[in-house]
Amino acid sequence: MESVLNKKTLDVQVVREQFPILKRQVKGYPLVYLDNAATSQKPKVVIDALVEYYSNYNANIHRGIHTLAEEATAAYEQTRETVRQFLGAASTEEIIFTRGTTEGINLVAYSWGRANLKAGDEIILSSLEHHSNMVPWQMIAEEKGAKVKIVPISDEGEFNWEAFELMLSEKTKFVSVVHASNALGVINPVKKIIEAAHAVGALVMLDGAQSSVHLDIDVQELDCDFFAFSGHKVYGPTGAGALYGKRALLEAMPPFEGGGEMIKQVTYEWTTYNDLPYKFEAGTPNIADTIALKPALDFVSSIGKDVIRAHEAQLLEYATNELKKLPGLKIMGDVKDKVSVVSFVMEGIHPQDIGILLDNQGIAVRTGHHCAEPLMNRLCIPGTSRASFAMYNTLEEVDSLIRGLNKVIKMLR
Amino acid sequence: MEAVTPITAIEEEIVDEFSLFDSWEDKYEYIIDMGKKLPALEDQYKKEENKIRGCQSTVWMVSEAKDGRIFYKADSDAVIVKGLISMLIRVFSGQKASDIVSADMKFIDDIGMSTHLAQTRSNGLRAMIRQMKLDAMAWNSKQ
Ligand SMILES: Cc1ncc(COP(=O)(O)O)c(C=O)c1O
Repeated sequence: MESVLNKKTLDVQVVREQFPILKRQVKGYPLVYLDNAATSQKPKVVIDALVEYYSNYNANIHRGIHTLAEEATAAYEQTRETVRQFLGAASTEEIIFTRGTTEGINLVAYSWGRANLKAGDEIILSSLEHHSNMVPWQMIAEEKGAKVKIVPISDEGEFNWEAFELMLSEKTKFVSVVHASNALGVINPVKKIIEAAHAVGALVMLDGAQSSVHLDIDVQELDCDFFAFSGHKVYGPTGAGALYGKRALLEAMPPFEGGGEMIKQVTYEWTTYNDLPYKFEAGTPNIADTIALKPALDFVSSIGKDVIRAHEAQLLEYATNELKKLPGLKIMGDVKDKVSVVSFVMEGIHPQDIGILLDNQGIAVRTGHHCAEPLMNRLCIPGTSRASFAMYNTLEEVDSLIRGLNKVIKMLR
Repeated sequence: MEAVTPITAIEEEIVDEFSLFDSWEDKYEYIIDMGKKLPALEDQYKKEENKIRGCQSTVWMVSEAKDGRIFYKADSDAVIVKGLISMLIRVFSGQKASDIVSADMKFIDDIGMSTHLAQTRSNGLRAMIRQMKLDAMAWNSKQ
């Protein structure tokens, strides 16, 4: 680990050593894992933390006064502090643990939306949204008689600023946009979006599922009202994520779910709710995975997002250039401001065929609509093939992808 | 009426054919070739109600019954899936409804294509078999 910690450029071989799964073979080939936007692989420190928790201090938290419960509670709350730092939040009371981005968005849509939306109100989303940042808003809008409006994009996936400005009005109550698109990698101009939305009195939520692993996040600097992310896309375990919300907003919001942990006092007739953040954490949470999220975030910080970004940018640039040399290949979302995701279509070849034939060569990419069906319809394609890079990917793996695609072309055309 | 090769015999033929391939490339090239050779479904049938929705590729299928036997036609926008359908049509088309419904489809495992049966969302093969059997049952009850 030493050499990873003290370098300005990333030593990818040393990084790879930390990820046991990368030694795997798939169908007789060394695994080339390029589906990091779906979920990233886990370093040893994360796997060890899970084993350590279950082997040494498994207990329910915030309840028992025994030693194990205290140790588990302390570790759980340490993750909250680490997440606070990771997002640049002012206080741990603004950090609510969730299963992931989807739950964070649903929490806000239901809790804030139920209490605040009324008929005729408008919610604005962008055309790039993942279903997770679309369906909850459609559901609450329907319940409340509110309207969901969609900001159009250019053919390359860029946010249409003029259209957004025209859509904003005193009717706009909420704007929820993806920070970086999972389907195309395109980064939305969120700082400007937040400023403009606030100017008409609307709140803004960022879907940080893709941005949190690549970009430096500072929710105070961004001034977003809510920010949700999933730990499993930041080298952490599945089922552990967090929602940031500004304290005043969270305090005014009704609870999302009722149950244990979220209460202060319960009688048969009435209940008073616990303080933040526990008000929004009903029931026994995902203790183990939340605890193991901390070493994941620490791992990223110890290397440095800037160092990781530089490495991933190199992979993205190389992949983009090499892909463009393939006949009939078109990159979707070929813009400058991107996270390390490259999505492409190949003339006359269905993405599913690409996915199947690459899998037979040990190469994992994502193919399909990437849970963004409206976006695929907007781009007039059934889906794309997507390679997404993480800190442990190598230029040689990009070469494998290109070789794999050449084989696909040979077999299909 | 002309004799129809029984389902199990066709399955055996297919297993024999696949046993000649010793690399995944050969196997898939064969499936791709079958896909390319499957006649395109006429446009009039390519409508919503004939779609079998897998998550990634679109499959259209229609069937008809003649003299107690079921005939299928199908198409897809993805060629490997189309090759797999072509294989299913070869096995099922022209068979008796009761035989189609009771076919165990073990041959898919034998030819090493069972990964396409795995319960992932991208998968069409399982849905196709199910639809073919459902169609057969529906025709059967109409007779
Ligand atoms: C942009 C975006 N939003 C939301 C989600 C949903 O995240 P999760 O499934 O972890 O809740 C994803 C994950 O695929 C995503 O990429």
